[in-house]
Amino acid sequence: MQPILQVKDLQVSFQVRGGEVKAVRGVNFEVGKGEAVAIVGESGSGKSVTAQTIMRLIPSPPSIIKSGEIIFQGNDLTRKTDKEMEAIRGKDIGMIFQDPMTSLNPTIKVGKQITEGLIKHQNLSAKEAKEQGIEMLKLVGIPNAESRFNQYPHEFSGGMRQRVMIAIALACRPSLLIADEPTTALDVTIQAQILNVMKDMQKKFGTSIILITHDLGVVADMCDRVVVMYAGKVVETGTKWEIFQNPQHPYTRGLLRSMPRLDQKKNEKLIPIIGTPPDLIKPPAGCGFCARCDEAMRICEQVDPEVTQLSDTHMSRCWLLHPMAQEVKSS
Amino acid sequence: MSKNLIEVEGLSKHFDLGKGRILKAVSDLNFQIREGETLGMVGESGCGKSTAGRTILRLYEPTAGAVRFNGTDITKLSGGKMKAFRRDMQMIFQDPYASLNPRFTVTDIIGEALDIHNMAGSRAERKKRVEELLDMVGLNPDHATRYPHEFSGGQRQRIGIARALAVNPKFIIADEPISALDVSIQAQVVNLLQDLQGRLGLTYLFIAHDLSMVKHISDRVAVMYLGKMVELADSEELYANPRHPYTQALLSAIPVPDPEVEANKERIVLKGELPSPINPPSGCPFRTRCPIATEKCALEVPALVEVQKGHFAACHYA
Repeated sequence: MQPILQVKDLQVSFQVRGGEVKAVRGVNFEVGKGEAVAIVGESGSGKSVTAQTIMRLIPSPPSIIKSGEIIFQGNDLTRKTDKEMEAIRGKDIGMIFQDPMTSLNPTIKVGKQITEGLIKHQNLSAKEAKEQGIEMLKLVGIPNAESRFNQYPHEFSGGMRQRVMIAIALACRPSLLIADEPTTALDVTIQAQILNVMKDMQKKFGTSIILITHDLGVVADMCDRVVVMYAGKVVETGTKWEIFQNPQHPYTRGLLRSMPRLDQKKNEKLIPIIGTPPDLIKPPAGCGFCARCDEAMRICEQVDPEVTQLSDTHMSRCWLLHPMAQEVKSS
Repeated sequence: MSKNLIEVEGLSKHFDLGKGRILKAVSDLNFQIREGETLGMVGESGCGKSTAGRTILRLYEPTAGAVRFNGTDITKLSGGKMKAFRRDMQMIFQDPYASLNPRFTVTDIIGEALDIHNMAGSRAERKKRVEELLDMVGLNPDHATRYPHEFSGGQRQRIGIARALAVNPKFIIADEPISALDVSIQAQVVNLLQDLQGRLGLTYLFIAHDLSMVKHISDRVAVMYLGKMVELADSEELYANPRHPYTQALLSAIPVPDPEVEANKERIVLKGELPSPINPPSGCPFRTRCPIATEKCALEVPALVEVQKGHFAACHYA
């Protein structure tokens, strides 16, 4: 499968008063055509910074792309000028944010916010754009689309606003949609509605999706592959089956263990991951997770783990998977 | 079976918005919480679960109804008498950033509760008690002189717990205590709450929207919808055998972190959204989104009745 997006050794830092925050420290992953890839990790793991760097949404300074390439449809986005990025954003890559109230302009009618992109990127007339805009609102399941088209964001509920965001993001039929915690601010019954809309749209337009989330339930429902990030690095990637049924990194295992499940027996204690993530102004020399890992060895503190390829689709960065560690374990 | 610590009878809280508009946040709640148990309360935003919690503690004055703590109706008590009861009933809040005064040190945040109830004694005793509480919630007692911004979210929530425990309460309402925390930290705080319950014999009302976590921590679970309690049962029973159509939809909407389960799941996706509590539907509050609603549902309000031993549901067809 030809990937439409390849992120290669991406490193992003922020210059702050206390020093340099190394938020993304060498991230590699790719997204195939029509594929839904989840990026999971906790606050500060670098998942949102990665996504916003792909879209060039973080101003520089304070952010600096230290190294790496973002190859989208054959072109390196890190080399594009701001002007060139403007032509890509909204047209070839769409984005949905967590909070639909703060990401819509409260003083502009939603209709205008949808047609803005259509007029700019597809050179449609105002009338054609309006027709397509209303069509989009219908597609994402907004009742009375014609009259809703002329309303302001505050007249919509949270779930409806997120539908509007999806309509805006997909209006120009982008080949890639980046959704950053799209359902975190919504209630579960509304979340189920929004996930259904996203799945329908993916089927209809063949859009590739990067879904950023901390909810592993949403991942299991929505995605084909999973990228697990911790302390600015990718620690494990695999198909969702590999990640959920055969997790190989202690962090992934810890994450799955620390969540209660509806089908679990009561009185089983949760097994938390002790401690907190490291400070990325002074990232550890070795594995970012080793201070919280109960299987850590001496090498984990000193040297960053190498990538172990477990199958064509499954890789993990952990010294425990190194042939030598396996030998020590078995002896 | 242990006795009831909290008895809620016909409790309502209506907010007057002016111009004759009344927001019925909570209407006619009836339930009990037994000594030493954890009652979970779930529902979506706007269902009245937080208002219910705050009204039970009289942080809001109830519009109608009674709340009995160990047999005494606290809704009628004067300020002075109420203060004595406040020692027994404490609260842990959702947002560990907004609920701690950023200008106070940890010692003063926790010590304030001791001061108010004249439990502090000498300066040295106060300091000792604060250190003891910090140790109890798994924080380093040497950090007592630090300010809230020097702690992570999970640590701040531990400070909030220490503050609630300072006055030796019997009953704690935890209003979404973990929803602002990362998944890997949530389990730490939940385990702490369970340990403390075992050690100190606490009774909890645990309010949350994360149904898997509520199931994990609660003995019984109450489901709220639009200001009313629609179902109440033992947590195992509620999740295995939900009787109210809203509970059924709510449970099926939760994505389970297991692709095999997700691939084979029939999800009930509810149509529409929560109606306004200012102008709620007639009859059953859920009928506008209910897949099995009939004419009867628009005419008659279903009462919360025992459909099976210990399992209550408010639905004509449960």
